Amino acid sequence: MEFISDFGVILLATCRDVLPIIVLITFFQLLVLRQPIPHLRRLVVGGVYVVIGLALFLAGLEKALFPLGKIMASQLSDPVFIYGTSEVVEQADWKAYGWVYLFAAMIGFATTIAEPSLIAVAFKASEVSAGTIKQWGLRITVAVGVAFGISLGTFRIVTGTPLYLYILVGYLIVVVQTLFAPKSIIALAYDSGGVTTSTVTVPLVAALGLGLASTVPGRNPALDGFGLIAFASLCPIITVMGYAQFMQWFTQRKK
Amino acid sequence: MIDKAMIISIIFKKLRDAFTDLLPIIIVIAFFQIVVLQQSLPQMGEVLFGALLVVLGLSLFVQGLEMGLFPIGEAMAQALARKGSLFWLLCFAFALGFSTTVAEPALIAVAAEAAKIAGQGGLIDPSPDSLKQYAFGLRMSVAFSVGLAILIGVIRIIRGWPIHYLIIGGYVIVMLMTIIAPKEIIGIAYDAGGVTTSTITVPLVAALGVGLASTIRGRSPLVDGFGLIAFASLLPMIFVMGYGLIIFG
Repeated sequence: MEFISDFGVILLATCRDVLPIIVLITFFQLLVLRQPIPHLRRLVVGGVYVVIGLALFLAGLEKALFPLGKIMASQLSDPVFIYGTSEVVEQADWKAYGWVYLFAAMIGFATTIAEPSLIAVAFKASEVSAGTIKQWGLRITVAVGVAFGISLGTFRIVTGTPLYLYILVGYLIVVVQTLFAPKSIIALAYDSGGVTTSTVTVPLVAALGLGLASTVPGRNPALDGFGLIAFASLCPIITVMGYAQFMQWFTQRKK
Repeated sequence: MIDKAMIISIIFKKLRDAFTDLLPIIIVIAFFQIVVLQQSLPQMGEVLFGALLVVLGLSLFVQGLEMGLFPIGEAMAQALARKGSLFWLLCFAFALGFSTTVAEPALIAVAAEAAKIAGQGGLIDPSPDSLKQYAFGLRMSVAFSVGLAILIGVIRIIRGWPIHYLIIGGYVIVMLMTIIAPKEIIGIAYDAGGVTTSTITVPLVAALGVGLASTIRGRSPLVDGFGLIAFASLLPMIFVMGYGLIIFG
C-alpha cells in the first residue's frame, strides 16, 4: 500500500514536469502554427509511456538503488573503514582512499550507462550520422569520461585542492582538443557533457560528495561537497573528442 | 495486421535492452557489498522489486521517446522553420528552455541548498524569508539562462556559426567570473550547469536542434543540430555567479 502511494506521488511529480511542455506544444500548434497536431494518437500514447516509464524508473531507483548507494557511499568514506581505527585522524591521507576512488569511478560509469537522457541523445546521434556513431560506442565513451571525472572529483575532495584549478585545466584541454578534433564530433561532444548528469547520476554522486566532505578530516561540506557534477560534465567532453581523434588517426594510419 | 508473436518479441527485446542498461549498476553494487564491504545486502526483496521497476520503467520510457517526444519535437521545429517566422521560433526556443527548467526538482533542491549555505556563510540575512527569496532568485536566473541558452543555440543553427567559438568564449567568461565571484558560490555555480537539463527536456531539445538543422538548407544535422544542450549547461554557470555577485556585491 505504501508503495502505491509513493508511486502516486512520483507519478504526479512527473506529470508536473511534463505539463509545461504540453502547454507549450499545444499553444504553438493551435495558435501559432494553426495546424492539427500530426499523429495525435501515437503521440499521446508515446507521451503516456514516457510519463509512466519515468515514474516507474524513479520509483524503482528510490526503492532500490538510492538507499543502497547512499549507505555504501557513507560506509566507504567512514574513517573506521579507511584507517582501520576509530581514532580521530588530523590530516587526511589521500593514499588511504583507494576504494573510494574506485567506487566513484565504477558508480559513475554504471549510472551513466543507465542514464535515460544519454540513451536519447545516443539514439539521435546514431540516427543522424546514419550509424557511423554507434550508440554503445558513444555511451561507453561518455561513461568512461564520467568515471574518470567523478574519481578525480573525489580525489579533489580528499586533498582539498581548489575546484577552479581542475576546471581551468579541463577547459584548456577541451580548447586544445577542439582545434584538432574532427569537426563533425565537436557539437555532439559538447552536448555529451550536459546529458550525463540527470536522474540517476546526480542523487548518488551528490550523496557521495557530501558524505565524503563531511567525513574527511579538515573538509567543509559547504565548500568541498559540491563540484563532483561539474567534473562529470567536463570529462565526457574530453573523452568523446579524444575517441573521435583516435579513430581518425587510426583510420588514417591504416590507409 | 501485426502478429501477436511479433509484439511479444518486441516487448521482450525492449526489456532485455533495459536490463543490459542496468547491469553495470547491479555488478558494481554487488561487488562492493560482497567483496569490499563484506556485508550482506539489506532488504534483498525490496531491492529486487525496485530493480524490476527500473527495468520496466526504462523500457517504457525509451519506447515513448521513439513514439512521442522525438517526432513532436522534430515536427514542431520543422513546422516553425517552414513558417519562416524567426520571432515565433525564438519564442518557442526560449519558452522551452525556461518552462522546463523553472519547475525542475533537481534545480529546486540545489537552489534551496545554496540558500542555506549562503545563510550560514553570512553572505545573506539568514532569516527564512530572505533565504526563500534568495533561492527563488537563483532558480529564476538559472531558468532564464537556460531559456536564453536555447535561444542563442537556435540562432547559431540558423546562422551556421561554428559552435566552438561560442563555447570557448563562454569558458573564458566562466573563468573570469570565477576570479571575482564569492568562493562559496563557485561549487554550486559549476554544478548548476549540470543539473538543469532534465530527462524530458533533453530529448525534446535534441529533436528541436536536429529537426531545425535538417530543414535549413546547408546545415548538417550532425555538425549543427547538436550543441543546444551544451549552451544550456554553460550559461547557468555564468548567471549563477553573476547572481551571486549582484546579491553579495
